[in-house]
Amino acid sequence: MKRHLISAADLSRDDAVLILDTAEELARIADRPIKKLPTLRGRTVVNLFYEDSTRTRISFEAAAKRLSADVINFSAKGSSVSKGESLKDTALTLEAMGADAVVIRHHDSGAPHRLATSGWINGSVVNAGDGTHEHPTQALLDAFTMRRHLEPGTGGGLDGRRITVVGDILHSRVARSNVLLLHTLGAQVTLVAPPTLVPVGVATWPCEVSYDLDAVLPKSDAVMMLRVQRERMNAAFFPTEREYARRYGLDGDRMARMPEHALVMHPGPMNRGMEITAEVADSPRCTAVEQVANGVSIRMAVLYLLLGGASPGEAPAAGTSAAPSAAPSATLSAPTTARTEETDR
Amino acid sequence: MSKTLIRGAQVLGGEARDVLVDGETIAAVGEPGAALPADGAEVVEAAGHVLLPGLVDLHTHLREPGREDSETVLTGTRAAARGGFTAVHAMANTFPVADTAGVVEQVWRLGRESGYCDVQPVGAVTVGLEGKQLAELGAMHESAAGVVVFSDDGKCVDDAVIMRRALEYVKAFDGVVAQHAQEPRLTEGAQMNEGVVSAELGLGGWPAAAEESVIARDVLLAAHVDSRVHVCHLSTAGSVEIVRWAKSKGWRVTAEVTPHHLLLTDELVRSYDPVYKVNPPLRTETDVRALREALADGTIDCVATDHAPHPQEDKDCEWAAAAMGMVGLETALSVVQQTMVDTGLLDWSGVADRMSHRPAAIGRLDGHGRPVAPGEPANLTLLDPAYRGRVDPHRFVSRSRNTPYADRELPGRVTHTFLRGRATLAGGEPA
Repeated sequence: MKRHLISAADLSRDDAVLILDTAEELARIADRPIKKLPTLRGRTVVNLFYEDSTRTRISFEAAAKRLSADVINFSAKGSSVSKGESLKDTALTLEAMGADAVVIRHHDSGAPHRLATSGWINGSVVNAGDGTHEHPTQALLDAFTMRRHLEPGTGGGLDGRRITVVGDILHSRVARSNVLLLHTLGAQVTLVAPPTLVPVGVATWPCEVSYDLDAVLPKSDAVMMLRVQRERMNAAFFPTEREYARRYGLDGDRMARMPEHALVMHPGPMNRGMEITAEVADSPRCTAVEQVANGVSIRMAVLYLLLGGASPGEAPAAGTSAAPSAAPSATLSAPTTARTEETDR
Repeated sequence: MSKTLIRGAQVLGGEARDVLVDGETIAAVGEPGAALPADGAEVVEAAGHVLLPGLVDLHTHLREPGREDSETVLTGTRAAARGGFTAVHAMANTFPVADTAGVVEQVWRLGRESGYCDVQPVGAVTVGLEGKQLAELGAMHESAAGVVVFSDDGKCVDDAVIMRRALEYVKAFDGVVAQHAQEPRLTEGAQMNEGVVSAELGLGGWPAAAEESVIARDVLLAAHVDSRVHVCHLSTAGSVEIVRWAKSKGWRVTAEVTPHHLLLTDELVRSYDPVYKVNPPLRTETDVRALREALADGTIDCVATDHAPHPQEDKDCEWAAAAMGMVGLETALSVVQQTMVDTGLLDWSGVADRMSHRPAAIGRLDGHGRPVAPGEPANLTLLDPAYRGRVDPHRFVSRSRNTPYADRELPGRVTHTFLRGRATLAGGEPA
């Protein structure tokens, strides 16, 4: 694997499957009374968030803490950034503080790429969503969720599975990362949206594009509904909320036309009544909440593989071989760890 | 009166000649070794070098007044001399905007004081570049600066009525409106060319149609009122087609292309490095090919640098936060050599036409863009076309370093520039 995770395109099939398999092992930790591993003890993970995103930030925070990393949350609001500090100076500051990994969420496409390639910092950079570019860990947790339901087990991808992504493709970093990753994993992706919300240039993407949701639903193994901001209406991307919901929203009738095994997915936060009705959102077929839980496992796997630097086999070993309270003795004294776990909770 | 003998230079890339400069004019041009009255002359050995008329830039941002942290008239004209230019048109988007006789005269006077290059101010079309009310175009023309070219460059004169009136009004003094063609609504939030690469990178798209639709409208307006319109930094294959069509009608339309649009494409934006951020944006390979062909066949009249200096902090940041523009004066001729001459599309006399004669004619600059012949003003550029070297921004004499060519190997090097007989550049260094 590369040193950074900026784009889903950074991942080979082997990389992606390794992350999914590692997450599968790490997910078992979540079922234990003490949800913690000593793997990243002494390493520092900085959550550098230029955009409000409580969900993604706490997911990364939980993931890093379960691996015993020290976590620093740096929010642009109320910090030096709001006083006009440049990304470069913020990065140099974090570097001086010894960040081993920087998890960055930024409103501008390409900011994580800049951070990783400009020589400002030495640590790993994890893209937690940049502008309308990419959100690779979201795509990984989506693929993880799909694989659990559609292709249970480890070692494999999503070969031949048909995945439909519906909504504001143009402005969606989730869609871009999903198209790339799902293609890498062997799935066939179809994007569905009004033509105004599909980017010019989409023809080179490894996917199909349709403007007709009803035609695609019966052939879908999973249907991922993307959040559509109501404000898009004001820029004439679609005439009214109701017209959007009628043509591209997922309601009970439409869900009934999907194959029985097919999943309904949503990266959240949901716009109930817009792209998805409450009936669908609350149905057992909707994996939105499960996706959130899986997000922690995926982010643990990503941080582990980027920072652990150990061979693939060791992650599962760490998770399965011993109780978390016993494991720390290998490197640090148990009391220290115990205290850390106390304060972290 | 000082004399200079330029010995053995290929005039416009042709046969080797000795050229004697006496005072401010070319005194004689003769066969190598001809007995020219060169006693006491400083000799410049120029065998293998190409001698061109001094280059003329229709599109330069000198930044003074207001942004002296990025460039001044002095540093900008030194950069111009290093690039082989003897005249530059200073764009109006300064602080304050060059929309009054007072500001254009100040810029003109600063140019005279610098002595490195003639500075011909461009006047704003509208007050404050706001596109609402015509600036006092007549007063700027009547001023000591003698403004002929008017432009709101950086912004488009998007109101069709204002554009029509400006085109009509400048006819009174043979002026020309240089349009920055960018439909503003189609380019809200635009960060790069809209296409395959923008779709992948998730950067806001700047569609070719936003340029082409304005050019189409403006050539129709220019035809309707029988005036002169000049298209700034034309960047798309579609724009070429429209200008070609307008010229076939006999309409008075001229156009420029920048060196960077002749060489670079939007594929470079994949690095998210803001040195490639420019307006209009870098386009595609297809566009680059069309622009080169159009410059070769004369559809595009001239090369203009759109030299746009920015301080380091405005490029050392994330893409969206970065300023648009790149410096170009010191690399323009090398890029033209690589893209046009070394490819066989244009010979050196063609380069003289596109980088000196035609821009001077569009700007109505007497004394520039003249033949290399006895009795003509000694505005001359001497370059070594065999030179190969990597671009080192730290050697720039411009105050800014925002070049997309850092470490890129480019051919050719200007060794001497003469402004009315005085060497403003000698041995590659400003003199």
